[in-house]
Amino acid sequence: MELLQNLLGLDAGLTVWTVLKIVAIVAPMMIAVAYLTLAERKVIGWIQLRIGPNRVGPAGLLQPLADGVKLLMKEIILPSASNKSLFLIGPVLSIMPALVAWAVVPFTDHLVLANVDASLLFVMAITSMGVYGVIVAGWASNSKYAFIGAMRSAAQIVSYEIAMGCALVGVLMVSSSLNLVAIVQQQAHGIAGGSLFSWNWLPLFPMFIVYLISGVAETNRAPFDVAEGESEIVAGFHVEYSGMAFAVFFLAEYANMILIAAMTSIMFLGGWLSPFPASWGFLGASGFGWLAAKMAFVLYCFLWFRATFPRYRYDQIMRLGWKVFIPVTLVWLIVLGAWMMSPLTLWH
Amino acid sequence: MNFETVVFYVLSAILVLAGLRVITAKNPVHAALFLVLAFFTSAGLWLLMQAEFLAITLVLVYVGAVMVLFLFVVMMLDVNFEQLREGFWRNLPMAGTVALIMVGEMALILMSPEAKLGSYHAAAPLAADASNVKELGRQLYTTYLLPFELASVVLLVGMVAAIALTMRKRKDNKTVNPGLQVKVRRNDRVRIVKMDAEKPAKPETGDAAEQQA
Repeated sequence: MELLQNLLGLDAGLTVWTVLKIVAIVAPMMIAVAYLTLAERKVIGWIQLRIGPNRVGPAGLLQPLADGVKLLMKEIILPSASNKSLFLIGPVLSIMPALVAWAVVPFTDHLVLANVDASLLFVMAITSMGVYGVIVAGWASNSKYAFIGAMRSAAQIVSYEIAMGCALVGVLMVSSSLNLVAIVQQQAHGIAGGSLFSWNWLPLFPMFIVYLISGVAETNRAPFDVAEGESEIVAGFHVEYSGMAFAVFFLAEYANMILIAAMTSIMFLGGWLSPFPASWGFLGASGFGWLAAKMAFVLYCFLWFRATFPRYRYDQIMRLGWKVFIPVTLVWLIVLGAWMMSPLTLWH
Repeated sequence: MNFETVVFYVLSAILVLAGLRVITAKNPVHAALFLVLAFFTSAGLWLLMQAEFLAITLVLVYVGAVMVLFLFVVMMLDVNFEQLREGFWRNLPMAGTVALIMVGEMALILMSPEAKLGSYHAAAPLAADASNVKELGRQLYTTYLLPFELASVVLLVGMVAAIALTMRKRKDNKTVNPGLQVKVRRNDRVRIVKMDAEKPAKPETGDAAEQQA
């Protein structure tokens, strides 16, 4: 123990405390993921005038648990012609970035695991690694459908990452910081004085829209889900996966959705700030509750999109990313730069 | 031995191993994935040197974008591994000589007193509120403005050249102008014809009835 303490060069208590904090973030996340799947089935059910799952537990509330147990009991089949080690690493590579990125996501002014200087850049770098899970899984499966899915997904994610990055440059310009806490705190100032209208979504409206839609594309969600287009390539990159290995991909997809929702709320919707004036007491106080509410709204939009829009054709996806989103963000960057330099600037 | 030293040696060991596997792996996809690992561990080493902006950018650009496209290409290649390895022993003496010369040259440069590697000290620890990003931005846009702008122009020219070289106009291209597609109205595509309902002719034989059904 003394050797270990010497080696670590810091208080062993701090290490244990950090591990506990990590558990305190990951465990509720997993529960949120489980209930997001239920919410998705319920919401889409209601939109389509169905009831959705309602058999397991009161109002179907235990359905995610039943799904989890079922997936745990299923056999994991290793295709005999697959590349065994890469086949097993695939799901790991896909869930790892989805969880690691949460290390720097702040929940309130002080509630953050690691308040690092360049946290926004960290989130972007880590989420950009998620594509490896998809590519490696698709290639290692040694199946045509899986491979086509992986190729589609890789091209799509790389294209939309550029649009996403360009949208974030606008956020960086107005907040002059890469730190997520500072980005939220900056949104509390401005002419509209900390209300709904001083948040970044209004002055950066084109970027907000581009970021939101690119987020849907990045997570391979409908209407951008050509990577697992059921009608053409069965299930895309995870067609050969079963049981828990499949469930891990599923977890990663939903964890990424929640992450994108959190990032959208933090960067454009004022994070944990309250939309009401501080004099409104309970409603005016900023806190984690507001962040959760905003994340829930963005997540609801994700489900709503899925129930509303038909799947994009592949060339249309590429056109939207390269020929519409990137020019829109580039033009708005120039407008924003001029705006910030002009006497009409909202930011000081 | 403190924690940082341990981390340094672990990361270096992984980096060297991954680098070795990049050139020894039989399967090019494995080699590319080991290259990803090498980039990632070197980003970790840069983090140890308190260059967090560079480290994160390395992951973002090389791991997140460049290597993805690299893998993309490598996976789609149909390489015959046996054929690739055919001339290994025949070419070894020549290649080995070139490699040895290169190692000697590098050693000469690194060991010469001019390189001043002997007097290389660890970077002074930064103040807790020092910002890597701010300092980099300041340097890039003041001291190194001209080289920075030049580099970006060179990159832009490279980009334009790559597009110009690969763009071919095909005659049998079936691309539709998306603007025209969006502008399409129902009347351009469907014509609804009103006509009175017709009674089918009375079947005469069983054969005809079957055909009608």
